[in-house]
Amino acid sequence: MAKLQKQLEVVATLDHLTVVQGFVEENLEMCECPMKVVMQITLALEEIFVNIASYAYTTGVGTCRIDLQIDYENENGTMQLLLCDKGTPFNPLEKEDPDVTLSAEDREIGGLGIYMVKKSMDQVSYEFNNGENQLKIVKSW
Amino acid sequence: METKVTKDGVKLVMAVSGRMDTVAAQSLGDEMNAVLTEDVKEFELDLADCPYIASSGLRVILQAQKKMNSMQGSMVVKNVIGDVMEVFEMTGFSDILTFE
Repeated sequence: MAKLQKQLEVVATLDHLTVVQGFVEENLEMCECPMKVVMQITLALEEIFVNIASYAYTTGVGTCRIDLQIDYENENGTMQLLLCDKGTPFNPLEKEDPDVTLSAEDREIGGLGIYMVKKSMDQVSYEFNNGENQLKIVKSW
Repeated sequence: METKVTKDGVKLVMAVSGRMDTVAAQSLGDEMNAVLTEDVKEFELDLADCPYIASSGLRVILQAQKKMNSMQGSMVVKNVIGDVMEVFEMTGFSDILTFE
C-alpha cells in the first residue's frame, strides 16, 4: 500500500477555488483514482471550501489549510481530506438536511452543498481543535 | 465556462460549455437574468458540454426555472451527461426540472 501526504494552505477566498481543486485533482489522478470519484471529491471539496471562503471569517480574510492523505494500491484507494480554518467555530453538519422533495417554488436552496457532501462521501466529520474548524471527508474506491 | 445564446422568436437556447462551479455560476446567474426577458416563453438550457455542476450552479438553474414559471413560460434542460445527472438526482432536482 502506497501512501501520499500533501498539504496546501491558501487565503480563503473564492478566487483560490481553482487552485485548491487543481491541487486535489492532480494528486488523486497521480494515485489512479477513477475520474468519476475525482469528480465527486472535487465537488465535495468545492462545497466545503466555498462555505469557508464565504462564512468562516466574518472580519477580514483568513486562511484555509488542506491536508490530503491518499492510501492506494493498484485500482483501490482511500482518500482523506481535512479542511481547516481559524474562523468562527461552526459545525456545518449540525444543519438540518434540506427537503429535496419540495416543488421548485418552495425549494430552499441553503444547505444543499453540505447535503451533497454527506450524500457522496463515505464519511464526513467535524471537530473544533486547536482553535481550528476541521472538516474531514473520507472516500474510498 | 462559456455560454452561447440563440434566440428565435419566443424561444431562447443557452448552451453552456465548461464547469459550472461557484465562480462560473455567479456570472451565469447574471447572464440568465439578463437574457430571460418577458418575451421569452420557451427556455432551453443545453448542458451537453457541461461536465460538472456545484450547488451554486443548481441554485442558478432553480432561479431560471422560477423566473420562467412566473412568466408563464416553459423551461427544458437538455443533453445532461451522466455525472451531472447524478447531481440532479442526488438533490431531487430531477423531480422539479424537465429534461429532454
